[in-house]
Amino acid sequence: MNNFTKLLATSSVALVMLFSAGTLRAAGELHLYNWSNYFSPDLIKKFEKETGTKVTLDTYASEEDLLAKLQAGGSGYDVIFPGPTTLGTMIEKGLVARIDAPKMSNFKNVLKPFQSLSVDADRSYSVPYMWGTTGFTYDPAMVPGGKLDDSWKSIFEPAKELSGKIAMLNEMSDVWNAAAYYAGVSKCTENPDDAQKILDVLMKQKPYVKVYSNDGTIDRMSAGEVAVHMQWNGAAHRTKKNKPGVVYVYPREGVTFWTDTMAIPANAPDMETAKQFLNWMLEPENAAAASNYTGYSNAIIGSGKYLSDSLKSDPAVNMPEKYADRLKPFQSCSPKSKELRERVWTKLKS
Amino acid sequence: MAIGARTHPGDPRHWPGLVFMAISFFAYVYLPIAILIGLSFNENEQATIWTGFSLDWYVKALHNDDMINSAKNSLIIATIASLLSTSLATLAATRMAFDRFRGQTAVGALIALPLTLPEIVTAVATLMLFSLIGLPLGLTSVILAHTVFCIPFAYLPIKAQLDRFDPKLMEAAGDLYSKPIQTFFFVTLPLLAPGIMSGAVLAFIISLDDFVTTFFVGGAGSTTLPIYIFGLIRVGVSPEVNAISTVMLIISIAMVSLSLLLNRGQERGDD
Amino acid sequence: MPDTDNSDRLERKRGREAWRVRAFTIGPAAAMLILLTLLPLGLMVYISLQERDWSGSVIWGNYSFEAYIRFIFERKLDDSLQLNADYVRIFARSFWLSLLTTGLSLLVGFPTALFIATRPPRWRATLVFLTTVPFWTNLLVRNYAWILLLRDTGPINAGLQELGVIDEPLAMLYTNFAVSVGLTYSFLPFMVLPIYAAMEKMDFRLVEASFDLYATRLQTLWQVMIPAAWPGIIAGCILVFVPCLGSYVTPALLGGGKSMMVGNLIGLQFGAARNWPFGAALGFALLTLILLSMLFYVFKVRPEENR
Repeated sequence: MNNFTKLLATSSVALVMLFSAGTLRAAGELHLYNWSNYFSPDLIKKFEKETGTKVTLDTYASEEDLLAKLQAGGSGYDVIFPGPTTLGTMIEKGLVARIDAPKMSNFKNVLKPFQSLSVDADRSYSVPYMWGTTGFTYDPAMVPGGKLDDSWKSIFEPAKELSGKIAMLNEMSDVWNAAAYYAGVSKCTENPDDAQKILDVLMKQKPYVKVYSNDGTIDRMSAGEVAVHMQWNGAAHRTKKNKPGVVYVYPREGVTFWTDTMAIPANAPDMETAKQFLNWMLEPENAAAASNYTGYSNAIIGSGKYLSDSLKSDPAVNMPEKYADRLKPFQSCSPKSKELRERVWTKLKS
Repeated sequence: MAIGARTHPGDPRHWPGLVFMAISFFAYVYLPIAILIGLSFNENEQATIWTGFSLDWYVKALHNDDMINSAKNSLIIATIASLLSTSLATLAATRMAFDRFRGQTAVGALIALPLTLPEIVTAVATLMLFSLIGLPLGLTSVILAHTVFCIPFAYLPIKAQLDRFDPKLMEAAGDLYSKPIQTFFFVTLPLLAPGIMSGAVLAFIISLDDFVTTFFVGGAGSTTLPIYIFGLIRVGVSPEVNAISTVMLIISIAMVSLSLLLNRGQERGDD
Repeated sequence: MPDTDNSDRLERKRGREAWRVRAFTIGPAAAMLILLTLLPLGLMVYISLQERDWSGSVIWGNYSFEAYIRFIFERKLDDSLQLNADYVRIFARSFWLSLLTTGLSLLVGFPTALFIATRPPRWRATLVFLTTVPFWTNLLVRNYAWILLLRDTGPINAGLQELGVIDEPLAMLYTNFAVSVGLTYSFLPFMVLPIYAAMEKMDFRLVEASFDLYATRLQTLWQVMIPAAWPGIIAGCILVFVPCLGSYVTPALLGGGKSMMVGNLIGLQFGAARNWPFGAALGFALLTLILLSMLFYVFKVRPEENR
């Protein structure tokens, strides 16, 4: 190749690159930010088809990551899916937009108990998404005696043989709550001594824990990498599809019952489309589709007839009455209590 | 020395265990990759028990919209970052090669700086800067950050090419009444073209493969392929991830080979 | 005198012009590097001395050493200071893992470099290329391959169980072991290449001479080959040790959140832990550690090579 040809080749490659870069962003795009594995891809396609808006989904691995990303500013997300604690913090600090959900056309579909939330009493900032419980799952084939007691003791003080075979969630609130129930201490305690008791429970358990993680719980249990996994009930349901024998436990000391929400960041690029999306999610068929994918219950009237049979027949999702008094609803705790919680968490994870 | 001919009793070519160690080395290096690629063709989802040959996962990966999206983002970012960084590097390198000035070593060190700093530190530092000046986190912030650390990577092959460059050619052009700008565009650049291309390709791969910086300064709609794969890995092992990884492997190796060939072409002096 | 005046002025004019050209050619690259590398680093040091606000960001203008105190002290749940080894432990782990990785790379890399250097010249370029291929593969992909291999239900455990060597799967993943295997894997080329470069220049007749003088292989290795390859060995060690200290992805994926290294700890402060000043302080500490290692190389090690 002589010099001129090389120059020509170089410039044409450059031009091609330049033009391919020109395929930049069209208007009418919606950016979702959610937990990984927590939103049905089919539902995304359905929305795209019905409205012609392109939807992208980015994921995070914990509520703190969500908070951190949003507070670093201007990350360009339109819809987020915070849990109640995080939502409360965001409302306090003005990170979410006021959307006046009760004014949305589909809000009437929301089940009565979910029309308000402890941290967002009149739903000015959020609409419900999924709700569920946090317990633990075990594989009877892998535990001594083939059965574990339905107490948090089974996971906080496991049998010697289970060392390295248990896994915990990496979610501060859930782990704190479980340890608080087990230690017999209020989860909203402001007392450092109580917090120390909780920390002791967790530190004592730590050597037995293989990994702290929110993602991959389904895969980990299905592959048999751990015998016991602290898990959310929807994930347990999906694990059962791979390993039918696993058991989801509602421990007697207390089971956190949480409601996740959908909200719009204060600086969302496309507020209107975001609100449209939220409203669309309140339709029974769509809420049911979300439930069928994630394995959790939704809060929409009339979604029952669209729910899959496996969901309805799974005690992990459809909780048996006898466990009703073990449920501990979400409580909004004081800043001092939250601070204690964060300190304990940092100490545990470092 | 002829192959196989023992020249003296202790000839290191025939030391016992050397070949064995070398084979173990290459096995260690290539086994994980081989298994990764092999399992991408596994019919079974559980990824550890082989049940049959199948291209299903590649098909599934190609229909994965999120994956395609992140691949598109990766390409856009890599293209712009490599174009920008290569242009900047070319300008700087050509001047640095034919100039002497005070502080030149400092400038050289500055250009090499991103290579010596741990990426986690520069990533979070850049995040703090962007946050402070209120730059929205997204494609733009990622492209800016990528361009910066791609500069030294583009610079190296260009500098190597310049080392082989004969300044008398520029002098000759000047003797023929060519203006400096003309000399630059019609003599210097074409002669440097292989080095520049090599640098551009190198910068392209570096940007394509980047994770840490993209993770911290990215935002909505800037998910690149490595970020997407990271998310998938955390959810669990699946042959689909294997398939996507294999494709990434092939692309990386192809581009590196291209870059090396461009460079080697010059050394053999095909002009 | 008029002539000297003119030539002075001309020289100054040429000087200014030269700087104008430099500003135009080297300027843009230098500006980008200063604005997006040096400036952020300076900002980082500044932030490390600020007070943390509720969200983990900073309260500007409120100077505080809290971030640095946090390294070795912690505020107990009742606010008193107590010696806390947690973070020091993470630094120590990073240091030892990096040292271990360097040692392993050396152990595996040296014979390989020797092997390549003693092959016929036309094989060498190909062999070198083959050595570097893993470096060019995506870091995520590399670590994923090791997750596949090391998990309890992976091929290694399956194979060992088949052969009857073990009954229960070995817990290899999410341990320091897994992290060092992964790190060594990524950094091997950085060790092999410099050693190979040094060995290629070596005069093998010295080896021959050594044997002629009745030296054993071990003596030859120790007294002839290693000294000759020494600059390469040292370069390789630095090229492995320094980046290893700051690694992020490998300990994150292969360590399972239990084998945190400094890089992960820093990242955590900008994510879930939400403590920018502390993250900045850690970053500064890491940079200092690296700078010290490099200075150690320049002043203590390199002078020896000039024999």
